[in-house]
Amino acid sequence: MPYGVGIAKGMMVTMRNLFRRHTTVQYPEERLPQHPRFRGEDFVWYEERCTGCASCAKYCPLGIIRIVTSPGGQQTPEGEKYTLEVFDIELARCMFCGLCVEACPYDALHMGSGFERGRYRRADLVIPIEELRQAPKRPSTWLRPQLEERGYNPFGGPALSWREVGREQTVAPTYQEMQDRWVKDR
Amino acid sequence: MGPILSQNVIYRPVYNFFDGLLPESLDWVAYIIAGLTIVLILVNALLLLTSLFVFSLRRLLGLFQTRLGPNRVGPFGVLQPFADILKLLLKEDLRPRLADPLLFTAAPVLMVAPVFIILAIVPFGRNSFLADLNVAVLFFIGVTTVSTLAVFLAGWGSGNRYALIGAVRAVAQLVSYEVPMVLSLVGVLLLAGTMSLVGVVEAQRLPFIVLQPLGFFIFLLAASAEMNWSPFDLLEAESELTAGFHTEYSGAKFALFQLAEMGSVVVFSGIIATLFLRGWENPFGPIGWPEVLPTHVWFLLKVFAIIFLLIWVRATVVRLRVDQVMAFAWKVLFPLAVINMFVTAALVVLWPEPTTAQLWAMAAVNWVVAIVCIGGASLLLERNRKLPAATVKLVQVSSGEVR
Repeated sequence: MPYGVGIAKGMMVTMRNLFRRHTTVQYPEERLPQHPRFRGEDFVWYEERCTGCASCAKYCPLGIIRIVTSPGGQQTPEGEKYTLEVFDIELARCMFCGLCVEACPYDALHMGSGFERGRYRRADLVIPIEELRQAPKRPSTWLRPQLEERGYNPFGGPALSWREVGREQTVAPTYQEMQDRWVKDR
Repeated sequence: MGPILSQNVIYRPVYNFFDGLLPESLDWVAYIIAGLTIVLILVNALLLLTSLFVFSLRRLLGLFQTRLGPNRVGPFGVLQPFADILKLLLKEDLRPRLADPLLFTAAPVLMVAPVFIILAIVPFGRNSFLADLNVAVLFFIGVTTVSTLAVFLAGWGSGNRYALIGAVRAVAQLVSYEVPMVLSLVGVLLLAGTMSLVGVVEAQRLPFIVLQPLGFFIFLLAASAEMNWSPFDLLEAESELTAGFHTEYSGAKFALFQLAEMGSVVVFSGIIATLFLRGWENPFGPIGWPEVLPTHVWFLLKVFAIIFLLIWVRATVVRLRVDQVMAFAWKVLFPLAVINMFVTAALVVLWPEPTTAQLWAMAAVNWVVAIVCIGGASLLLERNRKLPAATVKLVQVSSGEVR
């Protein structure tokens, strides 16, 4: 091929690109859809299910989850439940590995779908327990593919109650099922 | 008032106005004011066109790369260059300790000056120009050379090795590309029989791009090398030399460099439009056609067309290596320019006063010459294409391992 033909071909490629739709988006106004199994910030925490066992804190490779509990005396089907006083997740060092979610025996912690936690102070990068309580319960479907199978959209979908996000089951267990599973066998 | 100036559409009314206003003994003031009016118009037009060009450059590069480009400041982002300028002017003006104070300061000024000086000779409409020099083309060639000096002063005065390497590259490249540029202009001048740019435009019964395709091709390439335009922008190759000769510049001085670089593209486009695209005249059909558009609009349209071509090239072609750039100037463009010059000279000797049929014959001969020359050059380049030394060594090593 004679020298320069490649240049002509390249010129035609750029000319075609000129009339092609742009592939970038105008970020703050338009957003690209994330994957439903995206592991993001604003963790979804179900206090009803959490017993304060601190498995998440133990499994966290970075040790950024700080949990302080006190005996609450509250009995659940799973056993005694502690009252959570502090549940701080220090996002500044979080690498979003999701091991805390995997470690939770009661499916009380889920990944979120957000990625825009730019703050001016490091202190603002810690998610305190109050924020976890009030955060919209829209868990990422990571580690819970059954949520995805149900056509659930973590970005725009409705908030899910703790009964709907349990392990393996697509339908929330009834009280009787819980009794059968956790109490009768003991 | 000379015969040509008396027809100048800007000069004449301003002069007449002030001539009537001032007493008889102060005629010279009217001369000066009328001249300065054109200067004012030209300088402001260049600044506006340059900022428009910077915007369209960034926007079009974006579109060529299937992204959007700047679109936040003002409608469609048109005000982006003004925001850029404001940002640059507000930045701290640093001078390295090793820099030569005089040269370091003089270089940006010396870089901008030729851009504005060339503007003086560009006829931007019928009977609209600042000066109709009878040696305008020589003047243009001479003044553009000054920017070479400015680039070298900037590189030398910065006291920085990258800047110096950039400057050395710049001088080698700019001096080399002067030669084919001037030689490709010879064809135009032979056909026009004059060096005045107004004369060149009036001599274009056919636009010279039709009569001088090879000359246009060479001039376009050499001019893009002269204005550091891609693919010859290796004197500021940011991947190799940080920013080349203006590495150490910041603030207002850097803004001046940017202005010179972008402004020179606009001015060169004006020169190309004048020399090859029939300047302010309607480029299609014979010269006496009824006017579809005002002559100034035609001129601007041609400038924009050439700018678009340059942006298109910049969006596509990658930067050449240093040895490729020099080899291209001396082994390809220089011989082609000489061939073009001799062919044109022979044609002009053959038909000193060409009729329309002879003009078309000239164009046909020149097109054949251009196609043969460019095709031959591309075949030769392909045959002489060498792998880079490192690749050759790798090939040998690997073949040794196979054996």
